[in-house]
Amino acid sequence: MAVQNEGWGSRVGLILAMAGNAVGMSNFLRFPVQAVQNGGGAFIIPYLVCFLVIGVPLLWVEWSMGRVGGKYGHHSTPFIMDTMGKNRLWKYIGVFGIWTNIAIAAYYCYLESWTLSYMFHSIFGSFEGLDQNEVASFFDNYINLGTSTFGIPWEPVFFFLICLLLNTYILSKGLEKGVEKVAKIGVPLLIVFGIFIAIKGSTIDAGEEGAIFDSLDGLNFLWTPNFTDMWSPSVWLAAAGQVFFTLSIGMGTVHCYASYVKAKDDIALSAMSSGWMNEFVEVVIGSFILIPIGVAYLGLDGLKELVNLGALSLGFKTLPYLFMQWGEVFGAISSFLFFSLLFFAGITSSLAMGTPWIGFLKDEFNWRHKPAAWSFGLIILVLALPTIFFFKYGVFDEYDYWAGTVSLVIFALLESILFAWGFGITRGWEEITANAEIKVPNIYKFIIKFVTPLLLLWVFIGSLVTPENGDWEAAFQGNWVLDDSSIIKKLMNSGIKNELAIATDPIKIEFLQNQLFYVNASRILLVTVFIAFAVLVYLAYKRRMKKINV
Amino acid sequence: MNISALILMIVTVGTVAGVTIYLFVKVLRTPPNPEPDSYNANDDVEERQKDSE
Repeated sequence: MAVQNEGWGSRVGLILAMAGNAVGMSNFLRFPVQAVQNGGGAFIIPYLVCFLVIGVPLLWVEWSMGRVGGKYGHHSTPFIMDTMGKNRLWKYIGVFGIWTNIAIAAYYCYLESWTLSYMFHSIFGSFEGLDQNEVASFFDNYINLGTSTFGIPWEPVFFFLICLLLNTYILSKGLEKGVEKVAKIGVPLLIVFGIFIAIKGSTIDAGEEGAIFDSLDGLNFLWTPNFTDMWSPSVWLAAAGQVFFTLSIGMGTVHCYASYVKAKDDIALSAMSSGWMNEFVEVVIGSFILIPIGVAYLGLDGLKELVNLGALSLGFKTLPYLFMQWGEVFGAISSFLFFSLLFFAGITSSLAMGTPWIGFLKDEFNWRHKPAAWSFGLIILVLALPTIFFFKYGVFDEYDYWAGTVSLVIFALLESILFAWGFGITRGWEEITANAEIKVPNIYKFIIKFVTPLLLLWVFIGSLVTPENGDWEAAFQGNWVLDDSSIIKKLMNSGIKNELAIATDPIKIEFLQNQLFYVNASRILLVTVFIAFAVLVYLAYKRRMKKINV
Repeated sequence: MNISALILMIVTVGTVAGVTIYLFVKVLRTPPNPEPDSYNANDDVEERQKDSE
């Protein structure tokens, strides 16, 4: 009888788990918001090009790195990278692959708990009879820890704890019996729910159920090619950023999942199957929900105004109201299905975030699986509390920005350099194509070596020194004023300081001063966690050396 | 919808859906490698053990 090791039950299970890792709430909320903010039809072509020249190669790179690491018994990026690069510092770069997941999971589990809570609120009629402002107030009251219609004190904390317990319990069951089982149920369900809402959302006629426009007007906006605005670097930067988010690359989760694939098995086809499945959910389903429904009820200008408040605001403050326009019963069911699909999208991603940490503890410190999984839950609990209690001061957004945005680009850039130049493209190409069940186009050898690292470098520099209002033309003509959204200005807290400089209301001043404090405190916390993980990697390295010497 | 939007939408959605389905069907139709492979399912199926000999 074969020995049952930690690993995947089936290839389909692995692909669905990888797809579940990639498919997240951003497929349904962030993608349409990015599309609206970047000119609809001007965004979609750069997005698809970025998928082909950044997304696809990085998927192959990360799957290959994972499989290489797995050969040596590594299931997290510090020692996967250490195996591939000669320089001893690579393992500390690999810390990103654990830290990013822990920091993202801390706020992501909280976000996931909103969807769980909204599923119940949808089905129990909490949004029934509320106007748009009342639905928005419902959300504001919720995140400010007010008592909602369920009468549960500190309801967000209650749902967060349920969510975290669920995540940790599933993780403790292992890959095959936990993560894979959930992916096999969650991914097909979210696709079915998504198709149902997409069909309804894109067939709304003006004058019916309170709609003021046809939902086709929204699709028209999204799909009309706009070759004039398409060449703006800001649009390409946004498109490249969305590809990162949506594929969960630059995180370390893909490496971890792929590290359980043996050398004799294919990764080229599996990587493409899971990556394209994510694109199916984003492009084929995600683009037919928020934009057409939003335009039908709010008009294009109304939708553009709302997206400036962010994807979460649109999803939680507005969509429940729009769903309720479809009638009490059908609206409640649609709202329930929408938040259910967000929940499934969320949980299949957050589970992936737990696996690198668990793999690291098991590989390096001989922890058993269950205690390692519960330690993940404990760390997330501690790190998530500031995002819950100081949400209004922007702690949640800080985690999202540094761990969920900047870190992904840095790690992806460094791993692409390691793979193509440190490990070497010849060996790297052999890894990608070893036992491949599809023909990997030779052009990707060139793309992986030159195009992807250069594009990633451009994305990073573009984010570091974004010119004011994304006006690159003025910047290149010598008038390079940094935008408040650039990494440098963010680091300097310029946005808050500018607001503080012009504020006159004492209450507003006090709030901004508090915000400044909590923003800096959350950054110190995140840096401390990174250093702590780096120390653990150092200790693990010492242990390895000791074993070798003995 | 205008014609150019309709064409871009149909081509993009058709391509993404087509490639996704093609790849997934290819995964399903490709026979698994002989044991020991990366996947625990079917580890004990006798025919697959024979293949590996």
